[in-house]
Amino acid sequence: MQPEFDEVYDTSLVGAVSQFNAGAQVVAAGFLANKPVLALADGNILLVEPNQRIAAHPDGAILLCHIDDQRVVTGGDDGRVVVTRADASTLEIGHEKGRWIDALSVRNDGAIAWSAGKHVRARDSKGAVKSHEAPSSVRGLGFLPKGYRLAMSHYNGVSLWFPNTVGAPDVLKWPGSHLDLTISPDGQFCVTAMQENALHGWRISDKKDMRMTGYPGKTRSFSFSHDGQWLATSGADACVVWPFQTKDGPMGKPPRECGVRPHKVSQVAFHPEAPVIAIGYEDGWILLCRLADGAELLVRAGLGEGEELSPRNRPSVSALAWDKTGHKLLFGLETGEAGILTLG
Amino acid sequence: MSEKIPVTVLTGYLGAGKTTLLNRILSEDHGHKFAVIVNEFGEIGIDNDLIVGADEEVFEMNNGCICCTVRGDLIRIIEGLMRRKGKFDAIIVETTGLADPAPVAQTFFVDQDVQDQARLDAVVTVADAKWLADRLRDAPEAKNQIAFADVIILNKMDLVTPEELREVEARIRAINPYAKLHKTSRCAVPLDAVLGRNAFDLDRILEIEPSFLEVDDHDHHGHDHGHDHGLKHYHDEEMQSFSFLIDGEVDPARFMPWINLIVQREGPSILRSKGILAFKGEDKRFVFQGVHMILDGDLQREWRADEKRVSKIVFIGRNLKEDDLRSGFMACAANPAQ
Repeated sequence: MQPEFDEVYDTSLVGAVSQFNAGAQVVAAGFLANKPVLALADGNILLVEPNQRIAAHPDGAILLCHIDDQRVVTGGDDGRVVVTRADASTLEIGHEKGRWIDALSVRNDGAIAWSAGKHVRARDSKGAVKSHEAPSSVRGLGFLPKGYRLAMSHYNGVSLWFPNTVGAPDVLKWPGSHLDLTISPDGQFCVTAMQENALHGWRISDKKDMRMTGYPGKTRSFSFSHDGQWLATSGADACVVWPFQTKDGPMGKPPRECGVRPHKVSQVAFHPEAPVIAIGYEDGWILLCRLADGAELLVRAGLGEGEELSPRNRPSVSALAWDKTGHKLLFGLETGEAGILTLG
Repeated sequence: MSEKIPVTVLTGYLGAGKTTLLNRILSEDHGHKFAVIVNEFGEIGIDNDLIVGADEEVFEMNNGCICCTVRGDLIRIIEGLMRRKGKFDAIIVETTGLADPAPVAQTFFVDQDVQDQARLDAVVTVADAKWLADRLRDAPEAKNQIAFADVIILNKMDLVTPEELREVEARIRAINPYAKLHKTSRCAVPLDAVLGRNAFDLDRILEIEPSFLEVDDHDHHGHDHGHDHGLKHYHDEEMQSFSFLIDGEVDPARFMPWINLIVQREGPSILRSKGILAFKGEDKRFVFQGVHMILDGDLQREWRADEKRVSKIVFIGRNLKEDDLRSGFMACAANPAQ
């Protein structure tokens, strides 16, 4: 007989982690010009090497952040959208006075979209800004990989908008409140996290619905595998991974589960080259899981046995990001604790 | 007791004095740091560091429960406010004059993320002594706000005669005899009348006697304190409250399915429900409360030796079927012969 959760993991990676304190709640992690960067709730961007703080939102909190090799884009409760570069320069590209930035998406070519309430703006790589008013507040944005087209989630569905055309957006309908949104790398599928602890997906070509249910909590983090074949999601006591290998997506197929623990998964990040998922939990634990056989490696141990989660003791993993080659994993917690795993 | 951030909801019909009350709370020397969620930046300024504009977006939940609505914007705002953790220790939500308080309250019971961080402290309704009686006739929202309230601030009493004041008080009591009522001018009420009420805390539901049997405020002249404050008894055609008593124990095997069925079936018309019950074979009091179809209940402290084991429930709602509710509840008695 085995104990239900033995919490005994291969700890061979723990020694390869360097931990530090970011000084404030971590909102997002990523690599800017190959160097680790964290966005912090106190309005600062932290360039980890060398330690440098950039006040991107001096009087605000960072609500949303996108980090890629070229830029850090942040949206704050000061209503500003700011681009920060590796040379520590900042540029305000949007200011929705008196509002919060509710959603943000960045395209490879540098086009940036954001929303504040119902108001959505898309700024192309040359800086031309187009505006659109959605039927209700927009909570998720995602650029489609082909064409200059933006998906936005709102109450009762998703609108697909071509910012450079005049026509009304195409609508993917499903009743309920749609929150975060992701688009599969091949642009075939759009998936939203819903208020009702479920995911909803559409095959964009024919608007066929896909319901992905059974979560005990809301999904707030999702990550497609590099080949687009799998979608890893948070919101359950395991990382729930949906198959997207065929043109039918996950319809009629059960998901895989990996990294089952007695606490909820808060963040997921697929490795950029291998079928391996970094999984962060609400009690501060981080595991690497190999999809093929479910093998688990410990990256970080969080709360111990007998330590209870509470509103004041909630070391939830709030950010996880791999570098381009998958040799480094950067993470951050709501407590401000952070670290980098370097694989040999 | 709770580490969760307390949330006070301020409702009240247009012009009743919500903003006055809000500014009064904020300007007092109380040592609190508030985050204030307002629906429109009105003409009267609000003096607070952390003010957020809300959109009052009411969303239906896809859970088969037609009256289960939440405020989507509130969920988003509370999540966002957690980025400023430590900068505030309480939240005040001001709703528009036409708002239904139910979706706001339900948000705190339905959304797990909100529930993890924040708790609903009380629904405080500001009413205008001069105009409330008219609004109760012509504005269903005003009636909802009174029916839903844990605390009612009957404001602008300086603008009415003592007779008019009694009249409006009786109208309020016809709808909601259970709320704490404070009569005042310019919202001059002590802060603890509004904040820290724990009205949704099951442990605080000690009694469910009508509040007018208690001495609320000392603004009467003493002579008519007693059974009914000399209030006229009105019957509101549409909105009522009923309480039912079983002089003894209840069989949980009958009561639980019944109360669940009642809130499922009658949930849209039940605004608030509460109960303290003596379950057969159980040493502890069972306490529950509900908002429309959502129920929250638990075994609480033990019955004291000097307490009579009786079971009492209260419903406040619209066009309630009194006879059905009574006979259904009475059939839950552990010893029907009583």
